[in-house]
Amino acid sequence: MREIMEINKDLIAASSTPMVLAILAEEDSYGYAILQRVRELSGGRMEWTDGMLYPVLHRLERLGHVEARWEVAESGRRRRYYRITSRGRAQLAEERRQWQAVDATLRGIWRALSLSVPAGHPASAAPLPQGA
Amino acid sequence: MPAPGHGVSLEEQIDRWRSYLRRRQAIHSVDVAELEDHLREQVAVLVDAGLATDEAFLVAVKRMGNLDALSREFAREHSDRLWKQLVVVPSDSGEPRARARTDAIVVFCLAVAAAVVIKVPALFGIQLDQDAGFYARNLSLFVLPLLTGYFVWKRRLDTSTLRWLAVAFVAAGVFANVYPFAPGSYTEALTALHLPIALWLVVGIAYAGGRWGQVGSRMDFIRFSGELFIYYVLIALGGGVLTAFMAMIFQAIGIDVEPFFESWLLPCGAAGAVVVASWLVEAKQSVIENMAPVLTRLFTPLFAAVIVAFLATLLWTGRGVDIGRNVLIAFDLLLVVVLGLLLYSVSARDPRTPPGAFDVVQVVLVVSALLADAVALWAIVARITEFGFTPNRVAALGENVILLVNLAWSAVLYTRFLRGRGSFTGLERWQTNYLPVYAVWAAIVVIVFPPVFGYG
Repeated sequence: MREIMEINKDLIAASSTPMVLAILAEEDSYGYAILQRVRELSGGRMEWTDGMLYPVLHRLERLGHVEARWEVAESGRRRRYYRITSRGRAQLAEERRQWQAVDATLRGIWRALSLSVPAGHPASAAPLPQGA
Repeated sequence: MPAPGHGVSLEEQIDRWRSYLRRRQAIHSVDVAELEDHLREQVAVLVDAGLATDEAFLVAVKRMGNLDALSREFAREHSDRLWKQLVVVPSDSGEPRARARTDAIVVFCLAVAAAVVIKVPALFGIQLDQDAGFYARNLSLFVLPLLTGYFVWKRRLDTSTLRWLAVAFVAAGVFANVYPFAPGSYTEALTALHLPIALWLVVGIAYAGGRWGQVGSRMDFIRFSGELFIYYVLIALGGGVLTAFMAMIFQAIGIDVEPFFESWLLPCGAAGAVVVASWLVEAKQSVIENMAPVLTRLFTPLFAAVIVAFLATLLWTGRGVDIGRNVLIAFDLLLVVVLGLLLYSVSARDPRTPPGAFDVVQVVLVVSALLADAVALWAIVARITEFGFTPNRVAALGENVILLVNLAWSAVLYTRFLRGRGSFTGLERWQTNYLPVYAVWAAIVVIVFPPVFGYG
């Protein structure tokens, strides 16, 4: 049984930009493949509603962080590929700095919590699993 | 392996899903294509994993997410899409784009031609300021043949119809110019006013493109006329702002643009704008909400309230109608406005919907306008021998009778519809069948009145 952890909608929305940009920084890609990569990287813990990816991609396109082009895939269907732009890379670096700062802050507070809370409550050191 | 039957049903399912998605205003067809590619890949992966195609389709659709939420998300990203934009030349490639471009070029040429034609008489020494009568009589002949030409081209009319249209314009040209009008005479003014009305029917026949016999296409022409009027007024307002700025900035360097404005910009712009406005209305018809019915909705209750208040005051105070010189024309105009309100609410109404509160307001408006007109008409007819039959008065009286007959029978039909004893299409048919009556009366005024009244 795979353990399904619900991640808060706001967190998904906030993390979608750096995640999509990072995946596109690896290589040019299209909607379905991007979602597959997200599933793979999160070990299935991040479940996006498929359709919702596209408004995100269109927003990034409008901001000039990605470029889109139509190509004919090997299946013979027309497919829209996205490529990260130099502005997108700069944005990704900026996002990365911000997330690292958030991450470092949280790590610090988790550590402080696990020191003050007596041992035997390891659950509080990590995000609460379902049903804890 | 999926059976061949499954393949067909998957395509059908995807078709249905696609058409469902297309109805969302915020999701454009490119987005639908992108989402469809996603859906198909998801289905293929699930089928490879061992699911039947219909199961795979259901799972893929489910994963795509709730369509309402999705279209909300699209709308948030593309909020501009909720405002319908008029795209005259579509951006996606292909045949429609080429056709739209040819259309635009033809319209541009016709608009330029209209602007040139109106200046042609000046070559022969007929100046706008000195021969105002000539220009007033022929105004519609400068513009409407070109507009008709646009529809002839657009609807690919056959030569026999074309011949009749040409005959109508030639006859109009003859009757507008052979009569020896006294300068500034009443009959000349009447010709100037009525010739466009008569010729508008000719435009309508070209507009209908050989389907003038059908109620639906005559109704389309009514819709077109209303929208054209609104677009023309908007263009005229824009032109006014443009010329105001032009005058202002040229004033600053000491140049007076008024002569240029009066003899070139105004006549040429006004003539060309008719063609351009018609083209815009044609291009926008399915894209942007019609304006005339919206204005009708707004003003029908207000006009009804004003006329009912007028009748109530008349009854309460017992005042008689003061028969001034222009009272008949005022009441004619009132009936024209009421007819317009009726016509454009009819044009926008789905005949299948049952009667509602707005229909009652409409009937109140028509009946009260009829009563008000009857009061005025009674007062005028009683004293008409005293006033004498001038051409203006006879024309106004004739128009009043025509409008009165139309509205009276409309009131009967509408009341029948409200009481569930008639269909709404009866009213539609009555209104569209009545259109030639206006043109015939206008033609009579143009052809018969001048000789009868001695060109005075």
